[in-house]
Amino acid sequence: MSRLQASRKARSAIVMGLCYASAGLGLLALALILGTLVWNGFSGFSLSVFTRMTPPPGSAGGLLNAIAGSLIMTFFGVLIGAPLGVFAGTYMAEYGRDTHLTTVVRFINDVLLSAPSIVIGLFVYEIAVVPMGHFSAIAGSIALALLVVPVVVRTTEDMLNLVPGTLREAATALGLPRAMVIRHVAYKAARSGLITGLLLAIARISGETAPLLFTSLNNQFWSSNLNAPMASLPAVIFQFAMSPYKEWQALAWVGALLITFAVLTLSIAARVLGSQRTSQ
Amino acid sequence: MSEATLSSVAGSAVVNAGRQKALRRFEIGDRIFRVATRSSAIAVLVLLGGVIVSLVQGASPALSKFGFGFLISDAWNPVTEKFGAAPAIYGTLVTSFIALLIAAPVGFGIAVFLTELCPYKLRRPIGIAVELLAGIPSIIYGIWGMFVLAPFLQAHVQPALIATFADVPGLNRLFAGPPYGIGVLTASFILAIMILPLISSISRDVFDTVPHVLKEAAFGIGCTRWEVIRSIVAPYAGVGLVGGVMLALGRALGETMAVTFVIGNAHKIHASILGPGTTISATIANEFTEADGAIYTSSLIALGLLLFLITFIVLAISRLMLMRLEGKGAR
Repeated sequence: MSRLQASRKARSAIVMGLCYASAGLGLLALALILGTLVWNGFSGFSLSVFTRMTPPPGSAGGLLNAIAGSLIMTFFGVLIGAPLGVFAGTYMAEYGRDTHLTTVVRFINDVLLSAPSIVIGLFVYEIAVVPMGHFSAIAGSIALALLVVPVVVRTTEDMLNLVPGTLREAATALGLPRAMVIRHVAYKAARSGLITGLLLAIARISGETAPLLFTSLNNQFWSSNLNAPMASLPAVIFQFAMSPYKEWQALAWVGALLITFAVLTLSIAARVLGSQRTSQ
Repeated sequence: MSEATLSSVAGSAVVNAGRQKALRRFEIGDRIFRVATRSSAIAVLVLLGGVIVSLVQGASPALSKFGFGFLISDAWNPVTEKFGAAPAIYGTLVTSFIALLIAAPVGFGIAVFLTELCPYKLRRPIGIAVELLAGIPSIIYGIWGMFVLAPFLQAHVQPALIATFADVPGLNRLFAGPPYGIGVLTASFILAIMILPLISSISRDVFDTVPHVLKEAAFGIGCTRWEVIRSIVAPYAGVGLVGGVMLALGRALGETMAVTFVIGNAHKIHASILGPGTTISATIANEFTEADGAIYTSSLIALGLLLFLITFIVLAISRLMLMRLEGKGAR
């Protein structure tokens, strides 16, 4: 073997070794984060997490009001954001597939998809909190809804584009009007894809903190009043983790574990649904 | 017979009327649905316009008071109501830049591993694991960074960095000062871990668009794996790779919670990257609810506007680059 050949092989081997190392590094990071999360989360875990309210500093308690607040605001966020997103995606895939409007909306939507969520929070503060005069769960729900929209628009458009045109033609040949073709044929064919998009959207907003900080603020007590500040898991984690109190920090880890578990479950469910669709 | 004809004519008229009515109903329903979907699509556009308009409106008191000086002033004093964005802008750019410096090579490495080296059976599970890392909410990275990474860096990495570069001119100022644990470098590490999955999954998808014949031809003339990647795969996928990195940069610039926990929130520009600093998003997250006074609030909104404009430009460039690659794949 010539020397040139040997040095080329050696160089290739070194770079490939670095690639192995970087893959190892990525997996190590995932393992470390999940490991500490599970370790610290479970050591503070007890049934009272689900039955008691967030405690004042220095005493024991749970996360009931924060969990409830997160569920309520996520629910309303999806309720407002999902229909808007599905409709917009429907227009882009069905009525205006090649129009200028669709191209522009697709571009803007992609930008909104990765826009900083804290800016969305500022926007909702300006349009909802300032006119109402106080922080409220409604404002929090609107902020979450604005984060749902781009995700749902994107998946709806992609999934409807995958529905074969022959299905629509067959339905049209039977005399179905366009709206019915879309609602009864295209939506049904793309159903699991649409649900996947919804799950991804829920996964995205259930961990969002920044837009909630100055829309729904936080609340140390139980509240189901949508017109008042409401606790949420991420906001409570932020407050508790930054505090010097041991009990609060332990609860923050428990909350972090709950959120991560929920988000990972949702994204794995979305993945399974998505892969079922392609294997059919 | 004539009676029968008559009745059938009358019957068909009735049927026709019914059909016409049904058709009319369909038409109206169709039109409503069309208008509803179209206005939703327009609403997405209006949303972006609304964000910009409301931010400009909210920021205008501060911008008209401080003018262009807002961008270059490093004052941040709520008592005298003097505000400047320079430390926040500096912190945002520096943390994102260092994060990219770390995450881009590692991300490319993971992508090469997944497309070229990994045994076929492990490819999917490892790819999914890396993508799951992208799904973890940023507040989790923040709390992990504060309780695990920062103490570790403070105890082991930062003293070593300070000692190593103490006698190197230039670098000794970059790695100077007491090891706080939290600070610009820690925030950059956290950001790097956060954007790593994004870079590696986009690069993997981009590498997959390279036609197999090109690679096989290069292997056929005796290229090593590294030579194939450097001279065939990288040039072909170049635009896409840059687009993916820009997308990650956009994410890093706007990232809030992960940074807020570990940056230290100090409105100063330190020469040392071990010192505490702040970013635009961390400043807003930390101070917005406590801001009293119209100018204070307005200055924070002006920071938000700046952040939005910076990320918008970066994301727009990245989308255009990725779109160009998609056009290439279609050809």
